[in-house]
Amino acid sequence: MSSKLAGPNIQLNELGKLKHFLTLEGLKAHHLTEILDTAESFINPVTNEIKKVPILRGKSIMNLFFEPSTRTRTTFEIAEKRLSADIESLDIQTSATKKGESLLDTLWNLQAMQADMFVIRHAESGAAHFFSQHVAPHVHVMNAGDGQHAHPTQAMLDMYTIRKHKGDIYDLTVAIIGDVLHSRVVRSQIQALSILEAREIRVIGPKTLMPESPEALGVHVYHNMEEGLKDVDVIIMVRLQNERMTSALIPSEKEFFKVYGLTEERLALAKPDAIVMHPGPINRGVEIDSAVADGSQSVILEQVTYGIAVRMAVMAIIMSNAAQLSQHKLEQEQQANLDLIEQNNQAEGTL
Amino acid sequence: MRRIIKNGRVIDPSQNLDKVTNVYFSRGRIVAVSDEAPEGFNADQEVDATGKWVLPGLVDLHARLGEPGSQYTGSIASETKAAVSGGITSICCPPDTAPVNDSQAVTELIQRRGRQAATAFVMPIGAMTQGLDGERLSNSFSLKDAGCIALSQANKPIQNSLTLKNALEYNSTLDIPIFLRSEDKQLRNGGIAHSGPVSSRLGLPENPPAAETAALARDLVLVEQSGVKAHFSQLSCARSVELIADAKKRGLPVTCDVAIHQLHLSEMDLLGFNSLFNVSPPLRSMSDKQALIYGVKTGVIDAIVSDHTPLDRDAKLLPFGESAPGISGLETLMALVLKLVQNGDLDLMTAVRSVTQKPAEIIDCKTGCLTEGHSADICIVDPEAIWTLDTQQMLSKGKNTPFAGWEFVGQVEQTFFQGRPVFRL
Repeated sequence: MSSKLAGPNIQLNELGKLKHFLTLEGLKAHHLTEILDTAESFINPVTNEIKKVPILRGKSIMNLFFEPSTRTRTTFEIAEKRLSADIESLDIQTSATKKGESLLDTLWNLQAMQADMFVIRHAESGAAHFFSQHVAPHVHVMNAGDGQHAHPTQAMLDMYTIRKHKGDIYDLTVAIIGDVLHSRVVRSQIQALSILEAREIRVIGPKTLMPESPEALGVHVYHNMEEGLKDVDVIIMVRLQNERMTSALIPSEKEFFKVYGLTEERLALAKPDAIVMHPGPINRGVEIDSAVADGSQSVILEQVTYGIAVRMAVMAIIMSNAAQLSQHKLEQEQQANLDLIEQNNQAEGTL
Repeated sequence: MRRIIKNGRVIDPSQNLDKVTNVYFSRGRIVAVSDEAPEGFNADQEVDATGKWVLPGLVDLHARLGEPGSQYTGSIASETKAAVSGGITSICCPPDTAPVNDSQAVTELIQRRGRQAATAFVMPIGAMTQGLDGERLSNSFSLKDAGCIALSQANKPIQNSLTLKNALEYNSTLDIPIFLRSEDKQLRNGGIAHSGPVSSRLGLPENPPAAETAALARDLVLVEQSGVKAHFSQLSCARSVELIADAKKRGLPVTCDVAIHQLHLSEMDLLGFNSLFNVSPPLRSMSDKQALIYGVKTGVIDAIVSDHTPLDRDAKLLPFGESAPGISGLETLMALVLKLVQNGDLDLMTAVRSVTQKPAEIIDCKTGCLTEGHSADICIVDPEAIWTLDTQQMLSKGKNTPFAGWEFVGQVEQTFFQGRPVFRL
C-alpha cells in the first residue's frame, strides 16, 4: 500500500495537461480558460445550438452514478452523444454493490469492458480521487460530483455563464448565498472564481450552514443578506435541501426566506446589471422569489444549455491531451533512436 | 537459563536510571542491574550490548490483536510477534472483539491464546457494558476475576449520562481502572475529519473538537462524583489536555494517553484523501498536535499508545469516508517515540517513561521496569541503526500504515520476554 500523497495534481499528465477532471483545486487559469474557449467553439453563436462533432468516435464512456441524479446525468449523456462517443450509464446503487461486490471490483470489471473514460458521481468526498488512483493508466476519470467535495463541471458552466454576460471575471464581485457547508458546487465555484481572480468572493448564510473555516477557502463571510449583496455583479443562489430543517440547522423554509431569500428589494442592492444564477433545481419561495427567478436578470435556464458544451469541452480536451501525450512519447522515442544512430555514426567516424 | 546483557546503556525511568552497566536475569526474572555480577551468578549466555540501549519492554495500553473475531486481519500469535519486534512486551487489548469481550469465556480465550503464543503479556480489557451497547452493565466483577485489567467501551463511549454515572459508580469499588474515550456522538454527527481549513476545503464531514471536549467535561464531572479511577484514552485536542491538567490539579485520580500518530500527523495529511490517514479520533490541527506533545512533556499526558488496529487491504481500499479507521502501529511505536526525542520534542527519559513505567503504573502491573524480581522483559535498541519502514517486511497482518517509506533512526535489535529471546533482528 502506498502512502504517497496524491495531491490534486494527480489530474495532470507529464506535460501538465488535464488527464482526469477531479477538482478545480490546483489548476491554473489557462486550464480553465481552455475549457471555456473550447466550450464556446461548440456553440453556434447565432442559434445557441450545440453542434454534433465526431471528436470521440470509437471512444467508450461509462457514466457511473452511485448517487441519484437526473440533470447532471442527462447533460453528461447528451454531451457524450454530441461528441459521438459510445456511452453506457449505470445506476450502481441498484446493482453490483448490493450483491456484495466491492467498489473496486465493480470498477475493474467495467474497465475490462474497454472503457476509455468514467464519469463518476458518488456520495463520498474524495471518491473521484480514489477511482482515479485505481484505474488503468489509459483510463480517464471525470468527477460528476463527490460528496461535499467538488462538482467541477457545474462550476465551469457557471464560469461560462458569467463570462458570457460579464466578460472577464477578474473585475467581478460575486456573492454565493445559502448552504455552503454541504455544497460541493459552492466549493468548486469558489475555487474557479479564485483561479480566475475574481475581485471578491462573498458567501452569505447562517453559521450553521458554513464550514468551520470558510476563510480557508479565500472568501469573505457575511451573515447579513443586505450587507453581503451590496454592489455585487453576480449572485449565485444555492439550493436548500429539506433535510437541513430536520437536522436543526435552520428553523423553517419561511424563516430562511425571510432572512436569506432573494427578493426584488434585495436584488436592487446589487449592481443594476447584476445577474442571478442558480444551479437548480430551484425552490421558489425558499431561496428565491419567483419574480426574481423569472425576471430579466435571471440567467438560470441558460446555465443548463452551457452545461452540455462545458462537459463536451472537458471530455474533448482530456482525450486530445491523451493523444498529444502518446504522440509526444512516440516522438521522444524516435528522437532517442535518431540520437543513438548518430552516436553510432560518430563512433564509426572516429574509428 | 542465566543471561547477562553487558555494557549497554541501561535506561529505566522507574529507577531514574541511565548509565552503562549490566543486566543480570535468570528464570525469567531480573536478578540485578549492576556493574558487578551478583554472588554466585554464572551466566549461561552473555549478550554484548556495547553501544546499544537496554530498555524495559514497552507497555502498550491499547492494541487490537484481531482475536477473537477477525483472525484473518490479525491473530494474537501474529500480532504479539509484531509487538516484540517493536520492543513491546505487554499489551492491553480493548474489548471490541467479535464477540465482544464482555464475558469470562472471551477473557479466558484471549489469555489462553496469549499464553500459547508466549511472546508477550496479553492483558484483556473487559467491556463496561454488555456487547458494548452502552446500556446494560456487564458482569464486571466476574471479568476482573477472569483476568481483565481494566474496563472500557473501546470506541463506543456510553452516550447516556445516567448509564455512564451508574457504570462509574457501580465499578468504583472494583479497583481496576476504567478506560474512557470521550466522544459525544451527536456533536460528532458522523464527522470523520477535524473541522478546520482542510475539512472545509475537502468537504469531508466535520468532527469538531467539541465532540471530544464536551464529552470529556461531562465524563470528568461524573468521574469526580463516583471516585472511580479513570483513564482517558486517545486524547486528540489541545483543550482536552487543559481539562485533564485541571482535573489533576484538583486531585482527581485520572490519567490519560495519546495515540502516537497524533504526535506526528495532522489534518494536513488528509489533503490527498489517503484513507490510511483515516483514524478515530481524527488527526487534528498542528496546534492540537503541539499541545499534545507538550502534554506528554509536562506529564499531563501519562502514556503514549500505539492504538494498533490491523486491517485487511480491502478495509482501506475505499474512498476516505467509507474506509475503516485505524493504523497498524505496533511496529512503529518505539521508532516514532524515538523520533520525538530526535526532533527535540521530548527528552529521552520522559519519552521512555511514557511507554514503560507510566502505562504499567496505570494498570498496576509489574512490568515496564528493570527492578530486581520483576519479569525480565527487556529490549535492546541500536540507537544508530537507520531503517525505512517497508510494509512488505511488517510482521503484523495489518499493513495499514501511513508511515511506510518513513526513515527512522534507532531500531529494536533484540527483545526478551520473561527472560527468553522472542525477537532478534
